[in-house]
This record gives sequence, C-alpha cells and structure tokens, in this order.
Amino acid sequence: MSTLLRQETIRAGDPFMARINAGQRVRLVDTEGNEAVDTFFFNAEDPRERYSAVDTVRRQRNVYLTTGTELVSNEDRTLLTIVDDTCGRHDTLGGACASESNTVRYAHDRKFMHSCRDNFLLALLNWNEDFSKRDLGPNINFFMNVPLSADGGLRFADGISGPGKYVELVAHMDVLILISNCPQLNNPCSGFNPTPVEFLLWDA
Amino acid sequence: MPSNAFLLEERIPAGCHHALLLKRGYALRLTDLSGDGNVGLLAFNADERSERYNMADTLKAQHTHKLALGNVLYSDMGRPLLSIMGDSFGWHDTICGTTNAAMIEATYGLNDFQLARNGYYRNGRDGFLMELGRWGLGRRDLVPNANFFSTVTVDDEGNIALSEASYQPGAWVELRAELNVLVILSTAPHPLREGPAYPEGEIEAGVFWAGEVPATDLCRTACGENQRGFENAEAWFALPDGGPKA
Ligand SMILES: [Zn+2]
Repeated sequence: MSTLLRQETIRAGDPFMARINAGQRVRLVDTEGNEAVDTFFFNAEDPRERYSAVDTVRRQRNVYLTTGTELVSNEDRTLLTIVDDTCGRHDTLGGACASESNTVRYAHDRKFMHSCRDNFLLALLNWNEDFSKRDLGPNINFFMNVPLSADGGLRFADGISGPGKYVELVAHMDVLILISNCPQLNNPCSGFNPTPVEFLLWDA
Repeated sequence: MPSNAFLLEERIPAGCHHALLLKRGYALRLTDLSGDGNVGLLAFNADERSERYNMADTLKAQHTHKLALGNVLYSDMGRPLLSIMGDSFGWHDTICGTTNAAMIEATYGLNDFQLARNGYYRNGRDGFLMELGRWGLGRRDLVPNANFFSTVTVDDEGNIALSEASYQPGAWVELRAELNVLVILSTAPHPLREGPAYPEGEIEAGVFWAGEVPATDLCRTACGENQRGFENAEAWFALPDGGPKA
C-alpha cells in the first residue's frame, strides 16, 4: 500500500515547486480539462542537471510524451518515467509562455500579461537565489496539444485533455519539480480559461 | 556570396568546436563541403549573454519544427539572434540536440585520444562545453542547439527519423546577425546519424557584411511574428552610445 504524502491544488495561473524523492510517485490532475501545466525538473542534488526536451525526444525517437516515456536530463540520465497517462500525449517542444514571446506571438500590448516565465522565475528564486533564467530550458507542457506535421509544421491545437484526466510519474532520482499552471489567455491551450490542477504525491 | 569576399574564414574539421563574435549586420555562411557534415549551433546575445537561442520560442513563433530560408533563430527575449537570409539546403533540424561521449562510442566504436591522438572521435556535448567555457559560460548555457545540414522528419505518430536528404555536398546556409551574437559551433555528427564510419568532411565558415536590413527583407516580412521580433531587436539598439543620431 502506498501512502499519500501530499495533496495540493495549484490554482489557475499559480507557480508551484516541490521536492520529489527517488521512488516517489506524483500525479497531476487536469481537474476541469484543457489546462496546460508547464513543468520542469532538476536533479535535487545538482541543479545543473535538468530536464532536457531534446534528449528526451532523441532517446525515445518520438516527439510526444506518454506512458513509458523516460524524462531524460541534459546528462542523458532518466529523471522520471511516465507510468500512467489518461490524456494520451503531452508536448515538450512548445516551451513556456513569457512576456517577451507574447509580444512576438500576439501583439506588443500583451507584454504585461501574466506568464509562465514569471511563475518559473518567482518559484525558482524563492526556492534558492542561486537559480536564474540560465537554469531554465524547454519544459514539458502536460495536457497540451502541439501537433507536428510531416511537412515541418507545428501548431498549438485544441486540447485533447478533459476533466479529471491525469498523468503519473515515478522519480528515478531525487528531483525538484517546477510548475507553472499556465495563465495564457491568447491561445486555445487552456481553452482560453485557465483552471486549477491537483498535485498528489505518494511514497511509492 | 563568393567565398573570395569573406572577411574571415575558417575550415572546421568534423567533430570540432569553434566560436565567433558576429556583430549586427554581419553574416556567417556555412558550407557543408562533403555533404556528410552537421553543424550544431548555439547563439547568445554578446552584450547580455543570459539571452540565448531558444528552440521552443523559435518553433512556436514561426509555426515550424524545421529551420529554412526566411526563418529566424529567436532568443528567449523575443528578439531574432540570427536570420536565415540564404539557404540551399531547405530543412535544418531543431529537435534532436547533440551527442555525448557514450553515444559516439556506441555508434562509432571506441576511438579516444589514447588510441587515435587528434584523430579521436569527438562528441558535441563536450565540444560545446569546451567552447562555452572559453566565454565564461557553462552547463547551464548548453541549451538545445540547432543542427544545420541535418534533416529530421516527424510522422503522424510523432516518430522522428534522420532523412537521406541530409546528404548534400556543397550545401550552404547564410545566417545574418540581428544582435551582436556570440555563435558557438560544434561539427560533431548528428545524434541520429548511423555508424560505423565517423564523418570526415570539413565545414567552411565564412563571414561577410550583409548590411542594413531593408523593410522588405524576406525574414522580417515572413510573418507578423517576425515583424514584431525585428521591432524588438531594434528596441535593443534604441539607446546608442553618445545619444540619438541626428
Ligand atoms: Zn504559459
């Protein structure tokens, strides 16, 4: 029997950061559906080792994340494995929204909207001031649908997630999880209406 | 761009690393002389090196997962670092990163410095770090690189593959600096390239003056996103030394 260690609601648009020890199991629940949960990982003992989207894609020879995907670090080691996934697939090439990229993607006047980068930086600096923007790299977007096409295209599409869909991961080493429950209002990833996400942590 | 007009020129053997400071308005022409080459590239704003090439922002701004003529390489700060102003190749990879020592040994066999002296099989991760370290940068700055002269296709299920279209002797690409850019290169093989023979060709890297970007520029006008990106780059230079120009 596994023991529930922690259960928290991450409100729409909020940052979150926590430690997950080796062997522990984490579940993220898309409570109302169509949410984008921007997520990044660090080796808790050596944060210079971090999640690497391209090493994850290269190792599994596939751009989408789902059950069985090993989340690989920049040192080519497995940080966590996705062990359950009722959504079906998740993105790791779309990155996180930021005020700067919002001006490029939408309009200069979107600069002052809340963003995942703001969440990431606030959570990181509150955790440990040794962190900076240099520690960030392309993240995972759980529950987000970013299809790539055979002719080289990429687009942000309507979500394939739904209320109550979840993804579960087991940690292979002690890691830090960094989350921004995406506040983006300019594209369909959050259904134009960001909603809460549930974080659950078990000892096994 | 005739090669006799290069202001700076270097031939980089396969597997090696190289860096250059490409000031705004200058362009780098890379040529894959053998057709078997790969150029891993990282780019930083030389005036503020925490600003760097961002794969995800580049892809989503231009709705693409390949780089080709008319695309720009965006920084994480909403500005183009490099514009692809010329390109004979057509499809450069962005999503596979680079190799490490274990991957090189698994693909090409053990051929280290002990065995081969300077003919040893170099890998991209170590090459990038050796070059980043020269500029005061390190592991935190080794973000996903672009891979020029390697084409990676994605099928409907998301499976990736290195395409035979990658083999184009004489293929070239021209990258124009839109900021003052520190360019870091690794000519280690693409991570999806198969062995057993380690590549041997050279990459020619030549710098020329590209000049002011006209309002009708191909990269600038490729999409509304790039228009705004170029406006952001101009804002970076809005406060010139010694006050505004008359
Ligand atoms: Zn976001």
